[in-house]
Amino acid sequence: MFDIIGKRYWYFLISLIIILPGIVVMAIWGMPLSIDFKGGTLMQISFPENVQPAPSDIVLLYQKVEINDAQVTTSEDGQYIIKSAFIDETKRIEVVNAMADEFGARPTVNQYDSVGPTIGKEVTSRAGMAIGVAALGVILFITFAFRGIPHAFRYGVCAIIAMAHDVLVVISISAIGGHFFGWQIDSLFLTALLTVIGFSVQDKIVVFDRIRENSNIYRRLPFETLANHSIVQTLQRSINTQLMTSEFMLLAMALFGGVTLREFSLILLIGLLMGTYSSIFIAAPILVIWEKKEWQTWFKRKPKAVTQG
Amino acid sequence: MRHRSTALILIVILLALTIWAVLPSNPGIKIGKFERSMETILGLDLQGGMQVLLEADVPEGTEVDAQAMQDARTILENRSNGLGVSEVVFQVAGTRRIVGEFPGLTDTEQVVSILKETGQLEFVDMGDTAIPVGTIITTSLGGKQNSEVTPTASTTETSETPTEVSSATEEPTATETPAVTEEVVYNTVMTGSDLKSVTVSTDQLGQPVVDFVLTAEGKQIFADFTTNNTGKILGIVLDKKVISTPRIDEPITEGTGMISGNFTVDSANALAVQLRYGSLPIALKVVETQIIGPTLGADSLNKSLIAGAIGFAIVMLFMLIYYRMPGGVAILAITNFGLITLTVYKLIPVTLTLPGIAGFLLSTGGALDANILYFERLKEELRSGKNLKTALDMAWKRAWSSIRDSNIATIITSVILFWFGSTYGASMVKGFALTLALGVLISLFSATVVTRTLLSYAVDIFKPTNFKRWFGI
Repeated sequence: MFDIIGKRYWYFLISLIIILPGIVVMAIWGMPLSIDFKGGTLMQISFPENVQPAPSDIVLLYQKVEINDAQVTTSEDGQYIIKSAFIDETKRIEVVNAMADEFGARPTVNQYDSVGPTIGKEVTSRAGMAIGVAALGVILFITFAFRGIPHAFRYGVCAIIAMAHDVLVVISISAIGGHFFGWQIDSLFLTALLTVIGFSVQDKIVVFDRIRENSNIYRRLPFETLANHSIVQTLQRSINTQLMTSEFMLLAMALFGGVTLREFSLILLIGLLMGTYSSIFIAAPILVIWEKKEWQTWFKRKPKAVTQG
Repeated sequence: MRHRSTALILIVILLALTIWAVLPSNPGIKIGKFERSMETILGLDLQGGMQVLLEADVPEGTEVDAQAMQDARTILENRSNGLGVSEVVFQVAGTRRIVGEFPGLTDTEQVVSILKETGQLEFVDMGDTAIPVGTIITTSLGGKQNSEVTPTASTTETSETPTEVSSATEEPTATETPAVTEEVVYNTVMTGSDLKSVTVSTDQLGQPVVDFVLTAEGKQIFADFTTNNTGKILGIVLDKKVISTPRIDEPITEGTGMISGNFTVDSANALAVQLRYGSLPIALKVVETQIIGPTLGADSLNKSLIAGAIGFAIVMLFMLIYYRMPGGVAILAITNFGLITLTVYKLIPVTLTLPGIAGFLLSTGGALDANILYFERLKEELRSGKNLKTALDMAWKRAWSSIRDSNIATIITSVILFWFGSTYGASMVKGFALTLALGVLISLFSATVVTRTLLSYAVDIFKPTNFKRWFGI
C-alpha cells in the first residue's frame, strides 16, 4: 500500500516551488495582461504580397495620426499585430485609410479588438466575483452532500482551497510564460481558467466521495489511514480520467489544433493535470491536517512528517 | 435494471432521431410555431465578424431604465436592418450594456456611424437662416409639446437678437453663424417621436424625396407651426447636429409631408433611416469593439475539429484496450452522448464559439469520467469475487454517488457562470457555461441510461466468464 498522505508536507513544498517563481515574476514584471483586461486596441492586419511595410513605418504612420504608443510585431504568416492605447472606430478608420494612402494598398483587417480602459478592469473583477460566488455555492453544496459524516463543511473548504491552488499554479505558470515566451492573459485564458475550476471541483468530489463511503464502512480507522486508503482506491480512476479527458484530447489540440488554440490547450493541459494532482496531494492532505489539528505542533517542534520523509 | 427493454427502445429511437438531426442534409424542423433550420450556428470567433459593446452614457451608479434599454436595443436592430446588414443581433447585457454582433462583417464604417449616433432627433425653428449642415447647435429640448405660441415667439427672438447685438443691417448669416452656434438656443418644435412613418419615394422629376407621416399630436404641432412660419427654415437636427435644413414651402396641415432636395437614392435612404430610428431613449457609447477575420476563424475551426477527432480516436482506443467490453459500451455511449448534445445545440439553438466547444469537451470528459468511475468500481467488485450480476449492480450503486455529486457541483458552477456571463455581457463565459451545463445534464442521462442498459445487454449476449479477457481485470 502506498503511503501518500504521510508525505503531505513534501507536496506542499513542490507546489510552493511551482507557485513562488510565478509570483516573483508577477511581482517584478506584472501579469502579461492582454487588452481584454487592461484596455487598449489590438489590430491584426495583412497587406497584399507586394506591399510589405517595415514595422517602424507603421509606428511612424500611427504617430502621424497622433497615436504614439503603437507597438508592431509581425507573425510568420505575414501578419502585422499592432497594439496601442484604446482608439475608437473613427480613429481606426483613419488609420486604415492612412495606410492605404501611405503604402498604396488597403490592408485587410483580420482582427480588431478594442477595449475601453474601464471595461477591462470590470471584466476582471466581475469574473473574480463570479468565481467567488461559484466557490461559495460549491462549499454549500458539498456541506449538504456530505452531511452524513462528521465535519462536512471542511470538505467543501478543502475542495475550494485545492481549487485555488490549481488556479494559482495556472496563473503562476502563465506569468512565467508571459514573461519569457510572450503569452497573453486574454479572454481565452479566462475560458481555460473556468474549465480548470470546473474540472478541479468535479475531481475533488470524486475523491472525497470515497472518503465519505469509507468513513461509513471503517468507522474505527484513524482518519489519516482512511484518507490514504481512499486515495489509493481511486488512484486508477484518477489516472485514467486524467488521461482520457485531458491529456489525449488536449495534447492533440496543442499539437494539431490552430495556432490560436495552442497556448490555450497548453494552459488547459497544465490546469487539468493540477485538477487531478491537487485532489490527491493537496485537498486530502489538508483534510488530514485539519482533522489532526497539526498546526498546533508546527511551531513547537519539527513536524514528524518532514523528518520521516 | 427493471425497465431494461424500455430503455433500449428509447436509446434506439434517440439514436435514430439524433443521427437524422445532425445529418448535413437535414431539411429543418417545423412543428407549428417551432421552426429550426437545424444548421449549426457558428459564433463570431468561428465565422468572423464584428462585435460591439455599447454602454449607456450616463454617470456611474445611475439607474438605467430597463425598458429604455430594451427600446434602444430594438431601435439599434431596426437601424442596422434598415441599412441592409443581415443577421445582426443586439442583446441587452446587464443593466447598462448592449452587445451587438455583426456576423460576416469586417470593415464597417457604416455600422459604426449608425451605432455612434445616439440619435436624439429634433425639428428646430431656424427662422430665416439655414445653418450649414454639420453645425452643432444648442436647442431647447424639453418643451417639445408646448403650445404653438412658443415657436412663433422664439422665432422673433432668434432672428432679432443677432441683429441687435451686432448692429449689422445686412448679412447676419455670415458674421453671426459662429456666435450663434455658441449662444443662441434654438427652439425645438417637435422630436422624432412625433413621426409615425418615413419612406423614400421619387417626385415628378424622378428625384428621390423623403416622405413622412406624423402622429396625431405631431400633426397638430406641425400644422400650427408651418402655417405661422411659411417660407422659414425648419431645421432637422440629430444629436444637436444639423442634418438637413428644408424650407417650409406651404402650410402642412394634413399630417403628411415631403422633404425634397438634392438627394441621391442613398442619401435619401440615409436620411429616412435617421428620421425613422433617430431617437434612442438613452445615449449609448461604444466601449468595446472586436473584429475577427473569417480566415482566422475558419482556420481555427478546421484544425481544432481535426485535432478533436484525433484526440477522440486515441481516447476510444484506450478505453477499448483498458476496459475491454465495457470500454466498447462506453464508446457507444459517448457517441450517443455526442449525437444527443449536438442535436440539443441545434434545437435550442446554441451558437457555437471556441469557449462553447471547450465547454462541450469538458462535459465529454465528464461523460467519460462517469463511465470510468463505473468500470473501475466494476473491476473492484469482480476482483472481490462477486458474481457478474451482483457486481454490475453494486458497482453502479457505489459509483453513482460520486457521479451525481461531482456533476451537481459542475452544474452549480455553470449556472453561476451563465448568470455572470449574461449579466455582464461576457458572451464568451456564457457560451462556455451553457454548453457545459447542457453537456453535464446529457452526460448524466448517458451514464445512467445508455451505459448501464447497453452493458447489461452486452453481458447477456456475450455471457463472459473469463473476466480477465472481457473486463481487463
